[in-house]
Order: sequence, then C-alpha cells, then structure tokens
Amino acid sequence: MSASAEVIAGIFIFVGTIISLISAIGLVRLPDVYTRSHAGSKSSTLGVLSVLVGTLLYFVISEGYFSIRLILGIVFVFLTAPVAAHVICRAAYRSNVPLTETSAEDQLKDYFEQQSKEVNE
Amino acid sequence: MKPNDVILHTVTKLASVIIFAFSIHLFMAGHHQPGGGFIGGLTTTAGIILLFLAFDIETIRKNLPIDYKMLAALGVLISVLTGVGGLVLGEAFLEQMFDYIDVPLFGNVELATAVLFDIGVAFAVIGTSVSIILSISEDDL
Repeated sequence: MSASAEVIAGIFIFVGTIISLISAIGLVRLPDVYTRSHAGSKSSTLGVLSVLVGTLLYFVISEGYFSIRLILGIVFVFLTAPVAAHVICRAAYRSNVPLTETSAEDQLKDYFEQQSKEVNE
Repeated sequence: MKPNDVILHTVTKLASVIIFAFSIHLFMAGHHQPGGGFIGGLTTTAGIILLFLAFDIETIRKNLPIDYKMLAALGVLISVLTGVGGLVLGEAFLEQMFDYIDVPLFGNVELATAVLFDIGVAFAVIGTSVSIILSISEDDL
C-alpha cells in the first residue's frame, strides 16, 4: 500500500522536477524577455503542478488524508502564474524592451502606431 | 489611450476570493494546526493589497470603507478586554477558558476564549500593515 504510494508520488515529483529543470535551462538559453517568459511561465507552472499532484496523491494513498490546501494551491498556481507572466511581458513591451532579432513579426507595434495616429488626428 | 486591464481584473476577482477564504482557514486552524491570528491577518492584508494593486485605490476605498487605523486600535482593544475578562471572573489576567458546546449543523464544537484574543491580534495586524502600505503609497494623505 505504502510502496505503491511512494512509486506513484515519486514518478509525479520526478517528472515535475525534470520539467522545472527544463524551464530553468530555457531561462538561461533563450534570447529575450518574451521568449524567457514563455519558458519560465508555462513549464515551471506545469512542474510545480506535477510536484503538488504527486504530494497530494502520496498523502491520499498512504495516509488517507485529503489535503484541501494542496488542491487550493494547485488551483491558485494554475490561475495566477500565467497572469503574472502576462503582466510582466506587457510591462516589458510598454517600456519598449526590444524583441530579439530573429523574431519575424510584431503585430502589436502596427496596432500601437495605428492607435497613436488616430489619437493625433 | 485607456489601458485594457481585463485579464488582471478578472483574475484578481477570483484570486482575492481564494486568498480571503484561505486566510479565514488559517485563522480558524490556529488552535490545533499551524496558523493563527498573525498569519491570518497577514494573508488578509495580502488579498487587500492585491485588490489595491489591480484596481485603483479610490475604487477599493469606496467598496471597502474601512478605516484601517481604527481597525488596528479596535484589535488592541479587543485583546486587552479578553485579558480583563479573566480578571472580572476572579482569575488571573489573560486567563483562558474553553468549553465543548453542541452547535446545530456543526456538532460538538470546542469554543475557547483564546479565539477572541486571536481576533484582536488579526485586526491589529490587518490595520497596521494596510495603513503602513497605504501611507507610503500616497503622499497626499
């Protein structure tokens, strides 16, 4: 009973740490703030979720204890981490942080130019 | 050009409900598990500060009309009065009592006067921390 709990929780937590490691490598390797935010938000959210699910399953199977705080933490991380990345990227774009040279298209720039033209007229 | 904050506003509405519920849970769990008045008050403060960050200060002031300095004073008053309550009943200052009472819908509940002291601590923490942050965020107050 307890051994199966340890195996299941171990798989989830190991996958979560691997995904978090990939996220950290992405933060080092990627060229600009937008691609780094892409690496930092999605994969570390998934990594933290996987570790929390593993912990939840371990306590459910081995001790029969259903932790509502872990459920709340999973929902909360899933809800807020992408929004934090969105807000950081938005602040970066509005303070004119440049995109990397390899990016092909900036549709938001056209939109902002059109807006400022309309305001000037 | 008016900024479009719809994502931040929507998620703030949901997340603040979760934060307030979690702070009430921490406050109520304080007797038998980790938690209590101090950490419950601080998480409530975190929810209020999140609302202040996502919306503007005047909107939250209108919808949450609390004088935080008065709240801090009220918390200290409640804590002192629970101490005096022990003196009135002929015990020592801050003597705590508890009893098991059958409450409908909840069953047998342990009610302790330590909760009243904790309510005072929570109010004092909320009032102090929110008024510190509001007074350093606004120069005109």
